[in-house]
Amino acid sequence: MKRLALLLALSTTAFGAELRFSISADPKTFDPLHVLDDHSETIRYLTAGVLVRINRVTEKVEPQLAESFKLSPDGRAITFHLRPNLKFSDGTPLNANDVARTMKTALDPKQASPKGDTLRSEKGDPEVQVTSPLDITIRYPAPKPDFERLFDALSIVPAKIEKIPASAGPFYVADYKSGEYVRLARNPNYFMRPALDSIRIDIQPNHDIEVTRFLRGELDLINQVDPTNFDRIPGARSFGPSLDSEFLWFNQAPSATVPAWKRKWFTSTAFRQAISESIHRDDIARIVYRGHAHPAAGPVSPANKFWFNAALKPLAFDAQSASKALASDGFKLDHGVLKDRDGHAVEFSIITNAGNRTREAMAAIIQDDLSKIGIKVNIVTLDFDSLIERIAKTAQYEACLLGFTSVEINPTEQMNVWLSTGANHAWWPREKTPATPWEARIDQLEIAMASDPSRAMRKKALDELQRIVVEQAPIIYLVNPDYLAAISPRVHGAQPVASPPQILWNVESLRLE
Amino acid sequence: MKQKIAIAILALVALCALLAPVIAPYDYSRQFRDTPHATASSQFLMGTDDLGRDRLSRLIYATRVSILLAPAAALVSVMLALLLSGFTSLTTLCLSLPWIFLFIILRALMPLNTRPLESILLTFALMGVAGWAWPARIFGASIEQMKQSGWLLQARASGIGSRRIALVHVWPHLRAIAWAQLRVLVPAYILSEASLGLIGLGVAEPLPSWGNLLAELQRPEAVHSNPWVLAPLGLLMIVMICLEQVAP
Repeated sequence: MKRLALLLALSTTAFGAELRFSISADPKTFDPLHVLDDHSETIRYLTAGVLVRINRVTEKVEPQLAESFKLSPDGRAITFHLRPNLKFSDGTPLNANDVARTMKTALDPKQASPKGDTLRSEKGDPEVQVTSPLDITIRYPAPKPDFERLFDALSIVPAKIEKIPASAGPFYVADYKSGEYVRLARNPNYFMRPALDSIRIDIQPNHDIEVTRFLRGELDLINQVDPTNFDRIPGARSFGPSLDSEFLWFNQAPSATVPAWKRKWFTSTAFRQAISESIHRDDIARIVYRGHAHPAAGPVSPANKFWFNAALKPLAFDAQSASKALASDGFKLDHGVLKDRDGHAVEFSIITNAGNRTREAMAAIIQDDLSKIGIKVNIVTLDFDSLIERIAKTAQYEACLLGFTSVEINPTEQMNVWLSTGANHAWWPREKTPATPWEARIDQLEIAMASDPSRAMRKKALDELQRIVVEQAPIIYLVNPDYLAAISPRVHGAQPVASPPQILWNVESLRLE
Repeated sequence: MKQKIAIAILALVALCALLAPVIAPYDYSRQFRDTPHATASSQFLMGTDDLGRDRLSRLIYATRVSILLAPAAALVSVMLALLLSGFTSLTTLCLSLPWIFLFIILRALMPLNTRPLESILLTFALMGVAGWAWPARIFGASIEQMKQSGWLLQARASGIGSRRIALVHVWPHLRAIAWAQLRVLVPAYILSEASLGLIGLGVAEPLPSWGNLLAELQRPEAVHSNPWVLAPLGLLMIVMICLEQVAP
């Protein structure tokens, strides 16, 4: 009887089963060193052979292809000891020279690899030294905080990177039909055996069809559920705030298309604070996200438990305080129209990306909220390329509503956003010198965080940075959407987390019944 | 009889559109934030949309926008097509132009603070001007066919002037085609207006139009939770059927 029960139990756990889910567009590349888009990143993660892996639950760094690693006491070097007899999916042996070559390729300026950008340091590129076929040391010219975590994203690549390269990870790309699917097969040469035999990733641009297919049992999971679809899916779960945030900012850069008087408003802290206090964040969370979002407190999501400044509370709607701030800056209401001290009616446009229903709805709520304090807002939806052109190159916009999908748990990686010279310094990209004392202070904090090996000191600096951002409101944070996902009951071993790749982070442990 | 009913319905729709501020229960932009996605009730006869705005009020105001502007744009296209149908090369050139890129360039040239009403007027004007080549191709083919007909040769042989041939003999044939083209272009323009929203043209929030109300049909769950989401589609179909009936 016991034997029968065991046989039944074994027959319901499908070794060799295929996990199925979908992505909304074709991956742009299979080259792990040149991944930029989310879909390519999903494939990269599932096929990546990495030296270490960040455990997304414990946030600890765990060995993978490297059997062990050791950091030098000065915080500048790391030595990896590889597992013996490692191989790529095509059977080619993998040793420390492959790791060194991967590092060299990623750091080669001619390759323009985004992975290389994260590996560089302010003081220069790291030096790579192979000491034996299984040992490699990577040494930075100056301390680089938490740099061991960067190797979670560096896939070791073979000598020849084909269009679909061999993999050193748990799966390899076995088949790809553009616009239809990507099929991953288990890598027989991987150092451990994943429970899944293969993964079929359908390319499905329509999220409604994705939901319908999941409900029919044709897909095993939806890695990110849209809040409007959440109620349609029995068993869909909310995992609390994600690392993402939605925000609004004003263009403070000198621009030919923004009149001088408007720039005066946008550079006024009182004006920006008044706008921030006039927006009902609760309504955005409740109506637009159907309750699946939380009013944001600042630039770091509360999901990022260590780095979030818990002293900051979400800004509540406060019309009285907003009016007071505006009055202090010379604004006054004239027959329901807010005017500045020179008599200009306050009117500006908000651009956002077309086709994004949640952002369009958020913009409509902000438009309605600000109309109540006499401000006229014009909403302009633009295709994504035009939007990026305006915010990153021509500066031809007044305000922009966008969101940020955070990939890194460590927010000190957002240096290009906060440093005044940064290309992604949203409100004024590539400032020659900080325009205000508080921007100069943010620069100081960022530079300190980039080199201080003490996690506690960096946390202190980041807390101050978060406080300054909330006080000065160069970016007005609105909400942190919740992470919503749907997993079929036949999937076991899933431990979804808010940071990408969410459900898939422990793919080696996923199994199907 | 059918024609009279159709005229009555069209007159009723037009009247509702014109009297929108009087008959709409609420302002089209008013957000009842405590009752988003509400189903039909005595307070909201067609329920509310995602932001708690009254669907009936938005439909009435949208009718005002679309029922005036879409036929006007279609009329401009058909008139231009009649005038330019003889210029075959120009028609071919216009058919091959990547209009979407021209629209994107136009959006780049337009100030961002263009008011919703100005934006929609410009959008429909552009559609009217840009859309003439398709009916022109049909008019051109029809005119070519007529040129070979016996009755036209006889009219010429009888010494009738070109102007008289065009107005008295050719136009009655083209009128039916023109009417058919109008009926094709009106819904096409209403739907195109929704698509142009993707490049920042069309109707901006909070102004409603049939185009942006119809865009909600892309979400099956919206129809499932409140069938009144289908009301703009129903109204569009009724208007098109009525136009069919009043065709000469």
